[in-house]
Amino acid sequence: MLIHININGEKKKLHCDPDDMLMSVLRSAGYKSVKCGCDTTNCGLCTVWLEGKPVLSCSVPAMRCNNKNVTTLEGVQEEAKVIGSLLVDEGADQCGFCSPGLIMNIIAMKKELENPTEEDILHYLAGNLCRCTGYMSQMRAIKKYMGVEE
Amino acid sequence: MFTAKDYAMPQSLDEAYEVLTARKTNHIVAGCAWLRMGNKRINTAVDLSEAGLDYIRETQDAIEIGAMTSYRSVETSRLLQENFSGILSRAVAPIIGVQFRNVVTVGGSVYSRFGFSDFLTPLLALDTKVKLYREGMMSLEEFMQMPYKKDILEKIVIRKGTITASYQMFRNAEADFPLVNVAAVKENGCYKVTVGARPGRAVCAPKTAQCLTQLLSEGKPADEAAEQAKALLKSEISFGTNMRASAGYRQKIAGVLLGRAVKEVEGC
Repeated sequence: MLIHININGEKKKLHCDPDDMLMSVLRSAGYKSVKCGCDTTNCGLCTVWLEGKPVLSCSVPAMRCNNKNVTTLEGVQEEAKVIGSLLVDEGADQCGFCSPGLIMNIIAMKKELENPTEEDILHYLAGNLCRCTGYMSQMRAIKKYMGVEE
Repeated sequence: MFTAKDYAMPQSLDEAYEVLTARKTNHIVAGCAWLRMGNKRINTAVDLSEAGLDYIRETQDAIEIGAMTSYRSVETSRLLQENFSGILSRAVAPIIGVQFRNVVTVGGSVYSRFGFSDFLTPLLALDTKVKLYREGMMSLEEFMQMPYKKDILEKIVIRKGTITASYQMFRNAEADFPLVNVAAVKENGCYKVTVGARPGRAVCAPKTAQCLTQLLSEGKPADEAAEQAKALLKSEISFGTNMRASAGYRQKIAGVLLGRAVKEVEGC
């Protein structure tokens, strides 16, 4: 089946099977920032934006994205670099495997929340799991990015 | 992971029902969060996302939620935050993460009648009806007891009223399933109590509710009324054991949650 998706502002025609999920179609098309980390729909690694909203691309049927706008980490490079640097500065990046999904959700959070509290940040990012760290260093970096005072 | 040979995106419920019933193995796909973890073999996956079922709207005496409305919409809806003491919005807020709640749909959860649902317990405590394409309108309580039939859930309708409500749940960790959950709703002095994640489907506890109604109307303090109601809840509701908790543990926790719910409703 052929679907038309606008990925990171570029119109793409992609072939997919009826049971393909968006995550696997994006990876096949070369968007390798999108990864499946848990296979149980809860780690947040596969986060992309569908029509501007963060979603788990592992559980969105690719066919549902026909004629829709999808954004991956490759499409937000400038913002991602800023967050990446802040994470590195705080020593938050260890294996880095979860970073693409986390960064996509951090940017989505910045768009959606104004002056969030630490509790708001924790709530928004509860679906992004990191198995290396204790989240403290990420929180410091995220607070800096969000302009939240310590 | 489920498999599908074909994919349909009907533009109306009539069309969706026609495709759904064309073959035994045709199946509706909603949020897919649960479906993708199984290995169901589907002939045609029927996607309702273009059938106009994504809405939360207010009528004169009710609030209607379309089947394809996401949990995130329920969480952030001003209408739902301001009605029913906000218990529906608060009930879905701790489920996994924002990305998950942007995907999962009201219809997928309600139609599946999952035992672990955070959403069904408060919904059942409210005066909720479901509208099915073929079977029509029926109470959620009746729907919860029905066997699975091939039908399409169009919307849920929750009657508005002057109510005070509380939803209490207990989970071992954020983003985990609830071990047990309790909802209490008070309208015109009358209580309705529901218990879910027993781990079976959510059920009503009418005797417990009646006990609370009577004791509180007699002027008993909330904590004393809750203590008596807790004892009744234990005998009225059956709990089960699974990998997350034993029946006895659930029973004890449900009592504590009931006490907290009564305190919240009574404003203590």
